[in-house]
Amino acid sequence: MPEVLTTPITSPKLDSRIPEGPIQDKWETAKFKMKLVNPANKRKYNVIVVGSGLAGGAAAASLGELGYNVKCFTYNDSPRRAHSIAAQGGINAAKNYQNDGDSVFRLFYDTVKGGDYRAREANVYRLAQVSVNIIDQCVAQGVPFAREYGGTLANRSFGGAQVSRTFYARGQTGQQLLLGAYQALMRQVDAGTVKLFPRTEMLDVIIVDGRARGIVSRNLITGQMDIHMADCVILGTGGYGNAFYLSTNAKNCNATAAWRAYKRGAYFANPCFTQIHPTCIPVSGEYQSKLTLMSESLRNDGRIWVPKNAGDKRRASQIPEDERDYFLERRYPAFGNLVPRDVASRAAKAVCDEGRGVGPSGLGVYLDFADSIQRLGRHKIEERYGNLFEMYESITGENPYEAPMRIFPAVHYTMGGLWVDYNLMSTVSGLFVGGEANFSDHGANRLGASALMQGLADGYFVLPYTIGNFLADHRPDKLNEHCPEALEALANVKDITKRLISVNGKSTVDELHRQLGKVMWNKCGMARNAAGLQEAISEIRAIREEFWKDVKVIGTDDNLNHTLEKANRVADFMELGELICRDALTRAESCGGHFREEYQTPEGEAKRDDENFSFVSAWEYKGASINPELHKEHLTFEHVKPSQRSYK
Amino acid sequence: MRLILHVWRQSGPNAPGRMVRYDAPNVDEHMSFLEMLDVVNEELIKKNEEPIHFDHDCREGICGACGFMVNGVAHGTQPRTTVCQLHMRHFKDGDEVYIEPFRAVAFPIVKDLVINRSAFDRIISAGGYISTPAGSAVDANAVLVRKENADLAMDAAACIGCGACVAACPNASASLFAGAKISHLNLLPQGRAEASERVRGMVEAMNHEQFGNCTNIGECEAVCPKGISIENIARMNREYLSAIWSERPETGGGDGG
Repeated sequence: MPEVLTTPITSPKLDSRIPEGPIQDKWETAKFKMKLVNPANKRKYNVIVVGSGLAGGAAAASLGELGYNVKCFTYNDSPRRAHSIAAQGGINAAKNYQNDGDSVFRLFYDTVKGGDYRAREANVYRLAQVSVNIIDQCVAQGVPFAREYGGTLANRSFGGAQVSRTFYARGQTGQQLLLGAYQALMRQVDAGTVKLFPRTEMLDVIIVDGRARGIVSRNLITGQMDIHMADCVILGTGGYGNAFYLSTNAKNCNATAAWRAYKRGAYFANPCFTQIHPTCIPVSGEYQSKLTLMSESLRNDGRIWVPKNAGDKRRASQIPEDERDYFLERRYPAFGNLVPRDVASRAAKAVCDEGRGVGPSGLGVYLDFADSIQRLGRHKIEERYGNLFEMYESITGENPYEAPMRIFPAVHYTMGGLWVDYNLMSTVSGLFVGGEANFSDHGANRLGASALMQGLADGYFVLPYTIGNFLADHRPDKLNEHCPEALEALANVKDITKRLISVNGKSTVDELHRQLGKVMWNKCGMARNAAGLQEAISEIRAIREEFWKDVKVIGTDDNLNHTLEKANRVADFMELGELICRDALTRAESCGGHFREEYQTPEGEAKRDDENFSFVSAWEYKGASINPELHKEHLTFEHVKPSQRSYK
Repeated sequence: MRLILHVWRQSGPNAPGRMVRYDAPNVDEHMSFLEMLDVVNEELIKKNEEPIHFDHDCREGICGACGFMVNGVAHGTQPRTTVCQLHMRHFKDGDEVYIEPFRAVAFPIVKDLVINRSAFDRIISAGGYISTPAGSAVDANAVLVRKENADLAMDAAACIGCGACVAACPNASASLFAGAKISHLNLLPQGRAEASERVRGMVEAMNHEQFGNCTNIGECEAVCPKGISIENIARMNREYLSAIWSERPETGGGDGG
């Protein structure tokens, strides 16, 4: 049921507020035009930040430093555990320290192209501009980036980029950047500008007169629900990959904050843009709780192959060279094993669909280092990937120096998220969204080492300006916690909790979540088609119905109750899953991570339709049993002209 | 394989706790330890019993959320492995496994295996940072850092804040945790400006939180999933002595924990 497409006109409700002027001056112009809050008045403003990862943590620390009165919420026991910590590879910045031709414009260009022309140019340009400030800031904070013997910073090329612009701290770049933000945050906690709420989850946003004025939270230890009022609310609550049950996200990552905001009027943009990462450790059994990513840097030296013949169950070492199909090298001679993530993932799926997958489940391909070990020596490979090889062996019990690794694609990142304007404000006044939780910068596909960049750009360098600009227009006033809107929100979350506990059915939350995940993965994963998506929508509805009839939540709501927490989050995934499929169905083209089987070139590559789909889809919630309404933000490309991506 | 588990169950901070025996009849060697517990928990829920609560998040050994004692050893007996990365192939059919929370005065029990480690956050807020407001930084290559120092700082910065070091220490000392952060920051030129205040503030916070003192036993290093060296404790002690001898307390900026 694709919608009828008309001339590309942006919905009046989606004012992107892109500043006037040449692209390279837009951010400077915008900053100059922004109103300022008198330093003495800043402490009178209350700002709520939900999430403590790179976007939320950096925003809370920076706003506290500026003098605002900040409350920061995280469901974890400490802000340092946010899932930004798990990023391995690195962070991009247009420093051009290697003198190899990088520039702000090139980083901008690569990001727009890599996103398959579905991102907003002005935002991406600003991202590339502030990328250089991020590295300065992080180094000043003591982030121990890799260095050369002369004491300067080291770089590497990453994710197929032709320049070396990636800064890294061994395989733990996300950890080190997050600890930098966390330490800055704890400094503000000590200074009294930030009040921390660990093990506290946001369950609803309070909207008064069309403006976000607070949240309802639940203390996970005591079950206490509280109303927190503020002058504005920032969500840095991450992505929604766990809608697929199995993903590389942390177990507790969830979409509840974003989803509840959506139900209060914030539009959800491009939900079908999900990224499948090609190099993850395959699923080993039904008990599998999450998937582990192996850094894609492995593709620099590993060769990906499967047997030429379907059903070949011999061990890798027994398959002679001429019976192996190095399918990426065959299909993409120019880029070979280094094609972008979406292309590599689809190619792996295709060979597994032909019955040529390896491993017990048949859902895996080999990533073989034998040639590299022979060419460079085991020592060199150990130096480059030692920790990853150890991790692989620890999980699978197999030694990748002797037998090839088995890898398979897995859900990794979600480019979609709450729609935001240039100032990172959603369609709800006073509700700002940063990092993976918003949709803004990666289009239909995110490039490697760009997630950390975007999270910190939003937190350190964009929100501190745009929040000030917003607050300068609104006098500080703390609304009464007993205002009807707050009490209604509180009653709403209490009602959801009560309903979850009272179902008392027979299925566990995980069982139902796994069912949802299977539908999502099979019908809205690496390849999608209209019939499958329509089936998925009705299947998800059925699972959701079953959930509310048959879920079993043990325990009470007045103490630590992981089952209840999970049930609450999965209930939202059950709704979000449907929206993801609906968006995928509406977008009758292939682009980036969204591959519609009906729209491909004769060689099986993604076929974009710029004439009809050069827009951001932004969905408006209309009510529980009413279909959401689609709004479109038309995208124009003045600097990076859309072309067919080719990696042949 | 089939395992017998003995798990510490405690319904709340002030409730009495006890070891409870559970049967884990269908353990696959490819499961992680936490996946094994997931399966046990699914069965408990089906039987209308409260599942075993344990902290976990990334399940990749980097967030530091998970951690409990497995047969008396923090994170279990595999070296340099968090319990989420511990796999069941290291156990054998019929094994009895004892699972208890990390125990320390400074880490009160919340429920079952879940503990409160916010004392670590307070130690960080007492100086475990470099004061540098967003926007004030000079060009990243303006300050050169010796590669050796950068590498040592990274070794120390790899700490995931799980608390295994405290649990393993007979004195429940947080010296490895604090020493790692002090080393990380004090080894870098950017961190020298506040080096004295940092070490004084963090050591005082550690004492204030009722962590014990270090008596060079080395259990912390042995159980640390990230292999943080006790050399960092020596560095902290050296920095601390130098800070308290060379500075007049009233001029110090650190306002402690």
